[in-house]
Amino acid sequence: MALIRKDKQFRWHRKHLLGLRELSAEEITYILSTAKGFEQISTRSVKKAPPLRGKVVVNLFFEDSTRTRNSFALAASRLSADVIEFTQKTSSVSKGETLLDTARNLEAMGIDIVVIRHSAGGAPKFLSRNINACVINAGDGFCEHPTQGLLDVYTIRKIKGTLEGLKIAIVGDIAHSRVARSDMWAMTKLGAKVIFVGPPTLIPTQANLLPVKVSYSLDEVIDKVDVINMLRIQFERLGGNPFPSTREYSHYFGLTVERMKRAKPDILVMHPGPINRGLEMESEVADGSNSVILEQVKNGLAVRMAVLFLVNQAAAQKD
Amino acid sequence: MKVILDSAQIKQILKDLTRHIISDTPRELDIAAIGIRSRGEVLAQRLSKRLSKKLGKDVPCGTLDITLYRDDLNSPQGTSQPQVRTTEIGFDIDDKIIILVDDVLYTGRSARAAMDALIDLGRPRAIKLAVLVDRVGRELPIQADYAGYKTDAAPGKLVQVSLVESDGKDEVVIE
Repeated sequence: MALIRKDKQFRWHRKHLLGLRELSAEEITYILSTAKGFEQISTRSVKKAPPLRGKVVVNLFFEDSTRTRNSFALAASRLSADVIEFTQKTSSVSKGETLLDTARNLEAMGIDIVVIRHSAGGAPKFLSRNINACVINAGDGFCEHPTQGLLDVYTIRKIKGTLEGLKIAIVGDIAHSRVARSDMWAMTKLGAKVIFVGPPTLIPTQANLLPVKVSYSLDEVIDKVDVINMLRIQFERLGGNPFPSTREYSHYFGLTVERMKRAKPDILVMHPGPINRGLEMESEVADGSNSVILEQVKNGLAVRMAVLFLVNQAAAQKD
Repeated sequence: MKVILDSAQIKQILKDLTRHIISDTPRELDIAAIGIRSRGEVLAQRLSKRLSKKLGKDVPCGTLDITLYRDDLNSPQGTSQPQVRTTEIGFDIDDKIIILVDDVLYTGRSARAAMDALIDLGRPRAIKLAVLVDRVGRELPIQADYAGYKTDAAPGKLVQVSLVESDGKDEVVIE
C-alpha cells in the first residue's frame, strides 16, 4: 500500500486562470488532484475551511449565469472568503462605466480575486494585465470557460480513471461554445481524442487547425465514443438560421433514447447546463443512468475551490 | 548525522504509548487514532493495530490533511507550497477519544491546525496528542499527552523520521 506519495517538485505559480489552452498537462493534473482534497468539505458537518479568511472575491458577471456564478460564490464562502456580487443590470456599467474603471474601483475597496464573465473574448486577460488582483475567467465570449473544462475532465477522470485513449464527442453548437474549446484543450492535453459533432453551420470554420476531428453526423459516432458532451443550443447567440427548425436539429443531433441504444453501455452523458429538454437531449436520457450531469455540478464546486485556493497561493508567494 | 532512534527503539516506544493510552482511558469509551499526513498516518495505523489487539475491539484509524488549516498559507515567507490532499476519516468522531498522532511535535503549529481541522469534523469527547519525538521549541501552548523520545535538538537541526511503510526503514536521525 502506497501510504505516502513522494512530494513532487511541482509548484503552482499562476495567479490568474485565464484559459486551459496555456496550461500544461501537469498543471491541469495538479488542479484536479488539489480539487480532490476539497471534495470532502462539502460532505462534513462544518462545510467550511479557513484558507481564504479575510480575502475578498468579486463575482464580476457581465452575462447571465446561475450555475457558474452560484458555484463560485459557494466555493469562495466555503473557503471563508467574503464575496461581492456584481451584476451588470444593477451596476454603474449601465451608466456607461468601462470594464477597467469598474474593476479599478472594486480593487480600490481591497479585493483579492476577480471572477469575471464577459461577452468579449480576452476580457479576463485584459483585466489581468491592468489590475493587481487575481483574475479567474468564468467564461469569455466564444473563447474559454476554463473551470467548466476542468470540472468536465475531473468528472470523467473520477469515473473512468483516466482520459488517456478515451474517445469523446462534443455535440452541438461548437462555433459559439467556449465550453467546447476549454473541454477540447483539457481533454486532448490529458490524452483523449475529441470529435466535434454538429451541422456544418455550427462547426467553427477553422476547426481543421484544432487538435480535433469533425463529424457532421451523430449517428456515425454515437457507437464509438466513451463520453458524449451535449452542448446547449444557445439561442441568444445564434444569428441567422443555422438550422431549419429545432425539430430537424433534434432529429439529427439530439441525444434520444433511440440513439442511446446504439451507444456503448458505459458511455458517460454530459451536459454543461442549462438543458433544453427535448432539443439537444430527451428527458429520459438527461435523467438516465448514464447521465453524470448533476455529478458535474457537484464536482464544479470542488474544482472552483481548488482554483480559488491555488491562485491565492500563487499571489501570496509572489508578494 | 546522528541516529537517535533505531527500529527496535521505535517498536518499544509504540508499545509503551499503547500501554499508556490504554491505562489512561476508561474501558467503556471508544478510542480512534487519527494521523496527520504524512508520517503521522503511518504511526496512527500502527497504533490503532496495537490498540485494537490489546483492547480486543476495533480501534478505527483515519488520516487528516491539515493544509487548509495551516497558519502560513498567506505568508510570503512560506517557501514551501503545500499540496492539498484528502482527509480520510471513515467514521464519526463525535464522542470518541481521538488520539491525534504525529511523528514530531516541535513548534506546535501542526497540532493547532489539526485540532481546528478535527473540530470542523465533529465533536470528539477528547483529543489527546501522541508523538514519536517531542522536540523542544514550542511556539504555542501545546503539549503532548503521550511522547516517545524527548530531544532538545538545536533550532538549525533537522529531526528526520523514516518509517518502513513510507521510507523503507524505521529510524529517526538528527541532521
